[in-house]
Amino acid sequence: MSELCDIRGVSVLYRGQPIPALKEIEFSIAAGERLAIIGESGSGKSTLARVLAGLLPPGTKVSGEICWPGGRPLPGRDLGFVFQDPSSSLNPVLTVGEQVAEGARRHLGLSWKQAEARAREMLEKVRMPQPEKTLKAFPHQLSGGQRQRVAIAAALAAKPGILIADEATSALDMVVQADIVSLLDDLVRDARMTLIFVTHDIALASGFADRVAIFRDGRLVETGSTTAVLASPGETYTKTLLASHRDLTTRPLIEDAVG
Amino acid sequence: MTLLEIRNLSKHFASGGRNVAALTDIFLTLEPGETLGLAGASGSGKSTLARILMRLLPADRGSIRFRGEDWLALSGAGLRRRRAGMQMVFQDVLGAFNPRATVASVLDDPLRIHGVVPKAERRGEVAALLDRVGLPTSYADRSIREISGGQRQRIAIARAIATRPSLIVLDEAVSALDVSIRGKILELLVELQRERGIAYLFVSHDLAVLRAVSHRIAVMDAGQLVEAGTARQMIENPQSPTARALIAAVPRLMTGPPQGHKHEF
Ligand SMILES: Nc1ncnc2c1ncn2[C@@H]1O[C@H](COP(=O)(O)OP(=O)(O)OP(=O)(O)O)[C@@H](O)[C@H]1O
Ligand SMILES: Nc1ncnc2c1ncn2[C@@H]1O[C@H](COP(=O)(O)OP(=O)(O)O)[C@@H](O)[C@H]1O
Ligand SMILES: [Mg+2]
Ligand SMILES: [Mg+2]
Repeated sequence: MSELCDIRGVSVLYRGQPIPALKEIEFSIAAGERLAIIGESGSGKSTLARVLAGLLPPGTKVSGEICWPGGRPLPGRDLGFVFQDPSSSLNPVLTVGEQVAEGARRHLGLSWKQAEARAREMLEKVRMPQPEKTLKAFPHQLSGGQRQRVAIAAALAAKPGILIADEATSALDMVVQADIVSLLDDLVRDARMTLIFVTHDIALASGFADRVAIFRDGRLVETGSTTAVLASPGETYTKTLLASHRDLTTRPLIEDAVG
Repeated sequence: MTLLEIRNLSKHFASGGRNVAALTDIFLTLEPGETLGLAGASGSGKSTLARILMRLLPADRGSIRFRGEDWLALSGAGLRRRRAGMQMVFQDVLGAFNPRATVASVLDDPLRIHGVVPKAERRGEVAALLDRVGLPTSYADRSIREISGGQRQRIAIARAIATRPSLIVLDEAVSALDVSIRGKILELLVELQRERGIAYLFVSHDLAVLRAVSHRIAVMDAGQLVEAGTARQMIENPQSPTARALIAAVPRLMTGPPQGHKHEF
């Protein structure tokens, strides 16, 4: 795999903050890989996603450099972004069809008619029930899971090579989460895109990420192939994170005796 | 005596020409000191049930007996007095507090309103509550906004136990928390239950969370109760497609090489 970007000693300090949100981050991302950025709340995951996408708020100090051998990606055209709260990326007064078509029209140079056809195709791709009807719906008429599907369709409409999903499934129920994760996995695989998947749930990432990067307090704790890190974590923090995972095979906290 | 008995509970919402059957003929019981997990996808009616129980929303039909009394027939001062017995913890911890409140005032309010302890002892009781939920007593003077999400959830729990309830309704109380903090909060809840015999109605769409703390689990789908049983039975031998989908959706730590389509349905 060729290199997509090389992050060299990057630190990020938000305006008015006493300490940097990211401290001397150093690693590179390969084109076409599925990378999971993992860490607890406040560890700097979203800051990393924003610095990669060029979406940091004005007044933020960034030091170090990020090199893009293939050129810096343009958000919207080369890079799609899906947020935790789909309402924040969707425009409440535009129909679903309009917002999915917009990116395709602007970046692929399609006519409105062609863009609308592209929007319909995208809604089918994200497995939206009743895609035809949904084109004319407004975001508030959809469930949280459906809104997130629309946000993914809008992010992918212009065929970007990179998709950043920042806690894109954390606000959804578990069944919808599993469905969206497998959807992202399929879409990215088919289009050979680079996926940067931000989550606090290492188990969720372990199901499909090629590589994990573990963050804590603004620092990169370790990175490596998912298999290697899960099988033999190199850092105590990673071990703690793995130990705190709970699933249906974990011993319950209560006695099973029926009251 | 059974602590809580819900019979035939139904509720519909009519909004914008749509008619949603949020709850249809729900039957549930809860014993003292027991945890009943309430699972279901988004929109299945879990929060509607929780809000009716808390008397934040009227039911259309059905009855609720709590500690032997007709809970839905209570009103006014009688209801206010008995509310001490049933408390609630929400997911949206910041939204559940007055943002200008201090930790001490959040905990002092229920003590004062319900006259839990004499006035002179209230300060000491606030300190004891903080200590009980694992926070330094010096936190009393902090603003509720100046503490982390996990700490706020501890305060929400301290507020709920302040009135010495026999039932706490927890609606997605740990869903917004990081995995590691979530585990600590679940441990705290289990300890409190052991110590004080509190029953929990624990609402969550995460079966891994419910498995950790529930004696029994009930599964809802589109306003209906589709399955109920002991936690172990339900997880080892699910009967409904809804339960099977909820089980399949729980992420597992995959230690083998990643391959697509891990999430079977
Ligand atoms: N105030 C309301 N007005 C109209 N419809 C409502 C209202 N509250 C809830 N509903 C509807 O009732 C149904 C049940 O909603 P409820 O909030 O109880 O679901 P839930 O199981 O708690 O979902 P979640 O897991 O997303 O919290 C949904 O179809 C919802 O849209
Ligand atoms: N816009 C902002 N202004 C000031 N501080 C911020 C901003 N966004 C994030 N931070 C701070 O930067 C740190 C890292 O935050 P973030 O990258 O959002 O972490 P995560 O996504 O891992 O939860 C935190 O201390 C957070 O409070
Ligand atoms: Mg974040
Ligand atoms: Mg709810």
